[in-house]
Amino acid sequence: MDTAIDSTPLGHNVPLAERAYRIRRNALLMGEVQGQGYIGQALDIADVLAVSYFHAMTYRPEDPHWEGRDRFLLSNGHYAIALYAALIEAGIVPAEELETYGSDDSRLPMSGMAAYTPGMEMSGGSLGLGLGIAVGIGLGLKRKNSASRVYTLFSDGELDEGSVWEAIMSAAHYKLDNLIAIVDVNNQQADGPSTQVMAFEPLVDKLEAFGWFVQRVDGNDMDAVVAAFDAAKSHPEPKPRMIVCDTRMGKGVPFLEAREKNHFIRVDAHEWQLALDALDAGRTA
Amino acid sequence: MAAGAGRARRREDRMSTATATPGSNAAKPRLKTSAMIASIAAEGQRTKPAPFGHALVELAKQRTEIVGMTADLAKYTDLHIFAQAYPDRFYQMGMAEQLLMGAASGMAHEGMMPFVTTYAVFASRRAYDFVHQTIAEENRNVKIACALPGLTSGYGPSHQAAEDLALFRAMPNMVVIDPCDAHEIEQVVPAMAAHQGPVYMRLLRGNVPLVLDEYDYTFELGKAKLLRDGADVLVISSGIMTMRALEVAQRLEADKIGVGVLHVPTIKPLDTETILREAARTGRMVVVAENHTVIGGLGEAVAGTLLRAGVAPVFRQIGLPDEFLKAGALPTLHDLYGISTDAMAASIKGWL
Repeated sequence: MDTAIDSTPLGHNVPLAERAYRIRRNALLMGEVQGQGYIGQALDIADVLAVSYFHAMTYRPEDPHWEGRDRFLLSNGHYAIALYAALIEAGIVPAEELETYGSDDSRLPMSGMAAYTPGMEMSGGSLGLGLGIAVGIGLGLKRKNSASRVYTLFSDGELDEGSVWEAIMSAAHYKLDNLIAIVDVNNQQADGPSTQVMAFEPLVDKLEAFGWFVQRVDGNDMDAVVAAFDAAKSHPEPKPRMIVCDTRMGKGVPFLEAREKNHFIRVDAHEWQLALDALDAGRTA
Repeated sequence: MAAGAGRARRREDRMSTATATPGSNAAKPRLKTSAMIASIAAEGQRTKPAPFGHALVELAKQRTEIVGMTADLAKYTDLHIFAQAYPDRFYQMGMAEQLLMGAASGMAHEGMMPFVTTYAVFASRRAYDFVHQTIAEENRNVKIACALPGLTSGYGPSHQAAEDLALFRAMPNMVVIDPCDAHEIEQVVPAMAAHQGPVYMRLLRGNVPLVLDEYDYTFELGKAKLLRDGADVLVISSGIMTMRALEVAQRLEADKIGVGVLHVPTIKPLDTETILREAARTGRMVVVAENHTVIGGLGEAVAGTLLRAGVAPVFRQIGLPDEFLKAGALPTLHDLYGISTDAMAASIKGWL
């Protein structure tokens, strides 16, 4: 590896933009290890993860199973590279493990699985599972009179899954105001642009009609994302909360942002260092 | 009693008194019909009402982490009895089996012990990936109890779970139980709770036959039990086929045919030690009887066990054929597919 790893967790009071930069950097370093990965998605969702882990959520890095934590469910298991990057930045996963990403016996498999990784609350891979689990966790937390919340991140492609709508309907039925769902609308899924694979717009209208408190923001506008999470937490109505985040694949690395849009962005071996350099250039700009 | 269950019971009554002639035209042949959830109890058989529901209510007194969850089938899985006893511990998830399984995983994630009910066809066929990924792979403490196992509905393939055992047997971490009667179900419910991890139980609901209380029988998870001995034939069976096997054994006594019955309620993990010990006794034909397709269920599990151990008795299978089963009255269908007492007795006599 060309770049020395310096992923030591920072102290408090680090700007969220710096957290997002470091999450992107961790993800690129992991991508370089494997020579592949869903790096386009990791780069697009880094700002949302920075706000989740360094602004919105309560947790104890040294005790991933602490009862008082907020739960975070990664429904789109192929975003594991992004979540690992955030878990490393949060100090939940040791930075040394970054180099093992996707390797035999690693705790960081290519697709997120609950039994493997500290801080990974569910097994993804098969899409459309997370929101249903989140409903059960939301109900369970209420049974325990817990003040914790359950967050779940899923992708716009998952809106094709009927199970997602089963969960959307039931979360409103049970008035799960402790559930905050985030849908990443990067408009890419395996067979092409999500809106063309299966039309899901007007998404906000649909979700509101289902009884959710819905906000739609630019998922790469840090201030907007922060405001949306704050509003989702403080909203007074007994409704589940959805944050629709429009994001840009490859965000932070201009030549990847410009690359032909694809669910699985191809990065050649020599390009990982170029990507890291481009990310650094953007940081100082 | 809720209105729906009452309606269902009236249907059962109609089915069990199929001699009634509709209308006034007595010249017409009498028609046999069967409701979607007809009772499997024979006329005059001793039964117990809703053993699963009552056992769960009893267990939930001690185990406060138990919650009940269903997908619009509480009344038809006897979970309505739990819902009436503990309304704040009952969760109606709507007609959405994928959500049911995912939400049960989430509940278990938070330390609850969900008892989840639906029909066997929906848990196994419709929600399989959700059980696989959110429950079994994550090893969540979810108990799945499903009505209409195997051929216990005359409604047609949509409600006939001929392949549920094969599907759940193949799933890592999953314990699979096929109880025989009300007496056994009452013991299976606390045993499911005592096991840490996912369990699938085939549920008999409504007025459930009572048979094993006459056999000094105790259910133990993972244990096969010899209910009676016999010199000529060993029937290895689970679920309602054990009830049938005991009837066959009694009937064949008159023909001086000795039929032993080894009841194997836990399909997985399989009690291979007891099966091998009993099957290895020389001179006995081994007949595996199951209310399930002959593919992938108890029959093939036993066959594989015997073959791997080099035990090779004369081996026969009684089970459902590899085809989509017909709709019709249950007694008719059980005769047709060879799992009624009459058909089973005839098969065994023919094989000897």
